[in-house]
Amino acid sequence: MISGIFHTTYEKDMALRRTHAQKIRIVIVIVFLLVFPFLANRYALTLANQVGIAVIGAIGLNILVGYTGQISLGQGGFMAVGAYTAGILTARFGMPWWASTIVACFTTALIGTIFGIPSLRLKGLYLAIATLAAQVIILWVVTHWSALTGGVDALVVPDPKLFGIKINTDFNFYWVTWGLVGIVTIAAVNLFRTHFGRAFIAIRDQDIAASVMGVDLFKYKLLAFAVSSFLVGLAGALTAHYRNIVTWERFTVDVSVLYLAMIIIGGLGSVTGSYLGATFMTLLPVLLTNLGRAVKTSFPLIDSILPFVQQAMFGLVIILFLIFEPEGLNKIWKNIKDYFRLWPFSY
Amino acid sequence: MDLFIQLTLTGLTNGAILALAALGFVLIYKSSDVLNFAQGEFLLVGAYVTFAMLAQFGLHWTLGMALTILIAIGLGVLVERLVLRPMIGEPIISVIMVTIGLSSLLKAIVSTIWGNLPKAFPPFIPSQPVQILGATVGADRLWAIVIAMLLLGIFTFFFRRSKEGIAMRAVADDQQAALSMGISVKKIFAWAWSIAAATAAIGGVLVANIVGVSGELANFGVRVFPVVILGGLDSIPGAIIGGVIIGLLESYTGGYIGQGLNQVLPFVVLIIILMIRPYGLFGQEIIERV
Repeated sequence: MISGIFHTTYEKDMALRRTHAQKIRIVIVIVFLLVFPFLANRYALTLANQVGIAVIGAIGLNILVGYTGQISLGQGGFMAVGAYTAGILTARFGMPWWASTIVACFTTALIGTIFGIPSLRLKGLYLAIATLAAQVIILWVVTHWSALTGGVDALVVPDPKLFGIKINTDFNFYWVTWGLVGIVTIAAVNLFRTHFGRAFIAIRDQDIAASVMGVDLFKYKLLAFAVSSFLVGLAGALTAHYRNIVTWERFTVDVSVLYLAMIIIGGLGSVTGSYLGATFMTLLPVLLTNLGRAVKTSFPLIDSILPFVQQAMFGLVIILFLIFEPEGLNKIWKNIKDYFRLWPFSY
Repeated sequence: MDLFIQLTLTGLTNGAILALAALGFVLIYKSSDVLNFAQGEFLLVGAYVTFAMLAQFGLHWTLGMALTILIAIGLGVLVERLVLRPMIGEPIISVIMVTIGLSSLLKAIVSTIWGNLPKAFPPFIPSQPVQILGATVGADRLWAIVIAMLLLGIFTFFFRRSKEGIAMRAVADDQQAALSMGISVKKIFAWAWSIAAATAAIGGVLVANIVGVSGELANFGVRVFPVVILGGLDSIPGAIIGGVIIGLLESYTGGYIGQGLNQVLPFVVLIIILMIRPYGLFGQEIIERV
């Protein structure tokens, strides 16, 4: 029997925050996020912005892969669509950054839906291959449609402005990123309390049963692709405005793999897991770089092999998590909570 | 006309190379239902190990190749035992992801040992140009065709006639039934991975001989997807014919249209095939429809 908290009424079961401990924790997290930028240095703020963008992208991918069960290796391509749409509209047509971001979200949702069409006939690894093809095709278009995207050259995007203030520092951008992270989180958590979200989960668990129960697979699968790509496009557009530069190298298949790793290591089908995974995978290479600097005096060779060490750790972390904790960091977090709740009578 | 013959020859040889890369991929899928995203890295390991044997240790090529194949078999068994066996019964996404993690790890290990600068491969396969019907082609490319055909023959025979080959097909068909007939499924998986790693090593050597030893070799891991989907994921003749078709397609579009279209067209074909005939030309029609 699984121990934990069980609910006896539907109201409680449907509630967003179910226990007092959860409410206290969420307040602590929010207070921390509000105070953090005033205490942190520029480097920490840069990392915080990267983590924020990764969280949005990871939640987007998790809606598709973790909640709806449609494997996608096209994340990098969809982010490219978002980034290039936002970048081109702002840089070439002078559209305000927030407007171009919104357009980018809808464009990515559209492209994502188109590449989601194969999901109506394909499942599992065949779908993974189809989305991998989408990634290759999108990146090819981006690098070859020079008239629009600038081809393999970088596209320079001007600094975003809000209420007459230039958002060109990490401190300013922090509020944009994490404000959006907050909105996306609330939207994602609530999505799974509506019939849309429940239909997604039903498709993941047993698609035939879902369709027997009246879930229109055609509609909801494409909807899952659209919602997911919308958020992925948002992450892409934010990258464009944050970095002020859009290059195709940021959206290769490695990015698709990175985001899949985030949600697997964080925990599939969990918003908390998306947070944990995005933070972990963004900070891991940073941590390794700093470790490398620390041991540089005793191992002068470390500089030349550091990128390979990062790559090896990336692979190793994925393999170890899948073998030893396939449900990811979210499960570890749950185990920790259970341990303290049951202490000293854990079994 | 000359251009046509030239392009056809180039396409055929490229197709043979793609087919070699795809062969190990199909073998693993055929016996264990695992999609190996690390196939490109197996090519990479094979090429670099041979490079080390020949150029760094100065061994004769026969000895070097034999050692490489032994090392590849060891690698295959090791990967199966340590990484893939715990994944039995896990969801598809975990299995896909674990091979992706493996590809990252193998690539990093290779780069740590040999660096990531391209290297010239020690020429033990003759590569002087040969004239065929007025077109010129390197002899090493012809060897790729010969070896691909040879391996096709060996594996067709292996799966039709040998005890291990039939056991592999049995495992692919129904693991439970195979177990109850006294077949060790674990041993079969180890067989499949070591054969796949060995084929990939041979493929890696042939490719490296033509394009040089560099990290680029791992890109073949992605390029084989159109080949195996076109041919059918579980069909060995499919891998060869798919390789040739994709090779010719790349060659003709590259020669007649250009503009890098040859890099993307195979993937457009891939999506079309997946939409209308997901089991490919020669695959078994057991794909689950949604």
